[in-house]
Amino acid sequence: MKKLFIKNGRLLDPATGIDGKFDIVIMDGRIASMTPPGKGGKDTGGEGGEGGEGGKGSEVIDAKGLLVVPGLIDLHTHLREPGFEYKETIESGTAAAAAGGFTTVLCMANTEPVNDNGSVTRLIIRKAADAPARVLPVGAVSQGLRGKVLTEMAELKEAGCAAVSDDGMPVTDGGLMRRALEYSTIFDLPVISHAEELSIAGEGVMNEGEVSTRLGLKGIPNASEDSMVARDIALAELTGGRLHVAHVSTRGAVELIRAAKKRGVAVTAEATPHHLTLDHGALKGYDTNFKMSPPLRVPEDVEALRKGVADGTIDCIATDHAPHSSVEKDVEFDAAANGVVGLETALGLVLKLVDGGVLELATAIRAMTSNPARAMGLDAGSLKVGSPADVTIVDLGLKWTVEPSKFRSKGKNTPFTGWKLKGAAVKTILNGKVVYSRAKK
Amino acid sequence: MKLEKKDLLGIEELTKEEIELILSTAESFKEVSERDIKKVPTLRGKTVINLFYEPSTRTRTSFEIAAKRMSADAINISVAASSVKKGETLKDTALNLEAMRPDCIVIRHPVAGTPAMLAGYLDSAVINAGDGAHEHPSQALLDILTVREKLGRIEGVKLVIAGDILHSRVARSNIIGFTKLGAEVRVCSPPTMMPPGIEALGCKAFTDMDEAIKDADVIMMLRIQLERQKSAFFPSVREYSRLYGLNATRLKKAPKDVIILHPGPMNRGVEISPEVADGPWSLILDQVTNGLAVRMALFYLLLGGPKPNYPRERRKPDRVSFDEGDAA
Ligand SMILES: [Zn+2]
Repeated sequence: MKKLFIKNGRLLDPATGIDGKFDIVIMDGRIASMTPPGKGGKDTGGEGGEGGEGGKGSEVIDAKGLLVVPGLIDLHTHLREPGFEYKETIESGTAAAAAGGFTTVLCMANTEPVNDNGSVTRLIIRKAADAPARVLPVGAVSQGLRGKVLTEMAELKEAGCAAVSDDGMPVTDGGLMRRALEYSTIFDLPVISHAEELSIAGEGVMNEGEVSTRLGLKGIPNASEDSMVARDIALAELTGGRLHVAHVSTRGAVELIRAAKKRGVAVTAEATPHHLTLDHGALKGYDTNFKMSPPLRVPEDVEALRKGVADGTIDCIATDHAPHSSVEKDVEFDAAANGVVGLETALGLVLKLVDGGVLELATAIRAMTSNPARAMGLDAGSLKVGSPADVTIVDLGLKWTVEPSKFRSKGKNTPFTGWKLKGAAVKTILNGKVVYSRAKK
Repeated sequence: MKLEKKDLLGIEELTKEEIELILSTAESFKEVSERDIKKVPTLRGKTVINLFYEPSTRTRTSFEIAAKRMSADAINISVAASSVKKGETLKDTALNLEAMRPDCIVIRHPVAGTPAMLAGYLDSAVINAGDGAHEHPSQALLDILTVREKLGRIEGVKLVIAGDILHSRVARSNIIGFTKLGAEVRVCSPPTMMPPGIEALGCKAFTDMDEAIKDADVIMMLRIQLERQKSAFFPSVREYSRLYGLNATRLKKAPKDVIILHPGPMNRGVEISPEVADGPWSLILDQVTNGLAVRMALFYLLLGGPKPNYPRERRKPDRVSFDEGDAA
């Protein structure tokens, strides 16, 4: 029996409300026991007990002074494989995930070929079999992301897709989105919306406002997102489908989601660490590392997003990890690709919000563990006896600087280069196996 | 006195004193073009590259003649903007140019911010000759010079800039430049071509042309891109011309001694009527003459004398390394 003993840590599991000192014994990839320090029974691994420190073949992690949380879940990752392996591979992307404390990532369908059929889904899952993070593919809503014909969702679900989304592209045709939400109810598959009204966004490359005017760059008004979120909520309400709004960036969208939830609509939402920490002023130097979709908005939007996460309107914090090579980023601003990497900076940035009093620690961890699990209907995001041992150990006091050259991701396109952060994952445990350990300085 | 800068990327980064230095230097260079032999040896041995990603005979020629009158070697490179989207990156272009050791690159590019990116890669001086809807600093400088020559001051002058403000780099540079020197700037356009938050640049926004010009000292008409009609920025050329065109009838609503500017090329009969363009109020050809002087001044101030060593942050290429740092 393979045993892992995590002792003396502060266990925080927002799903169960646990916050306190616990010793955790993991056996054969599952949680065998969780007990107050030294209180462990003989079989369940108190210090010196059979399953404990002295047990045969057991590995001990002393988590004294550290925070122990359920493995983090990212609902929004672009792994780029198949098709764009020069940007990221399943191997490099999951290595980045593990280093960021994530044990589960959902990967988006805009690969080449598109993940719009079971064979692509199975390929991804097979390639990720030994990866340091669990990979749950998101299938496309429409064949080829073309927005015309629905995908075979039964096959996608059967092959292992956790949700469907045309992310990267909105589902422009409202009729098709209606059918997607309707049809997905057979399988209880959430439909993830990239909410953008392209006819309003036009050729915009950043938020429309004072800064875009100053820089002479074409702007995207909030109305582009607000109108699409309003449409999708109305369709979720009509169909009873499960809508998840990706990367919310506007105060209007937060308001719409808040009101929809009050009415009982099955809608969940996510915001990214970059939209929670940066505003459009960051684009002043034309650095393409700040170019993303949706764009960085005004401070009032950032404030609304923060409040939305704090009060649970925005359920999840997701990275929208979008690696690009310098070929896509070292170019003129209009021509540069959208997106930033996020797996390795997410936790540090979220903990910065906690440190700044914006979010409670439990709220932040909930938004990265149990809430994403609940939004996608996953059996994860909480630590219970018998559940798979996905655990992240966090050093809240660890100071570090964001250095893209040290990323495990192939993508170095981060807007946070040089940021000094406090708090990082020091160990990531997937299925009871340590898949990442942060080296001591 | 020299300009303590490596590049000229926009009016925004110039102080009032720097603008005045450029203007007075330009005034002194005007005389060179009046000579029989229109050439001074000041920049002999220097190389200027005109790197144009947009066709613009008038601006490019102005920079070219300005360089040649200073005895610099001027080379023109025209690149089709569509070819920059794939293949050679801007960085490649920059490093290739740098390898040929030019002293100055004059760049015009349809994407805002591109001169700034290029300047970050290059040791040579970079002059922005127009980037997207961002800035066109030499145009604003020549406009300021033209108004100052005529009115003797900028402080307190009421300037109206009318037309497609949204897509105009000339408008942005002029709003910033004129307000920096104490002018009162108004912009006038249909709301569809008025960028949000334009007043944060220090101007006042109008949609009524008659209202905007009624006590103006200077009216600057912008060229309207007729193809914008297809994108529904305005319903028809006829209606645009009726609401925002400057003709003799409308001009009667402005003070008698108002002066008219246009950065060119004009759409005669659309934003400006021929009798206004060619009338006594018009300083359009003075602008062209002053443009040459301003560009000579810029070359002189940026390139004259030994190359100074300005501290600046260069964009370093990404260095990928998995050896250092933490390991799994
Ligand atoms: Zn998206």
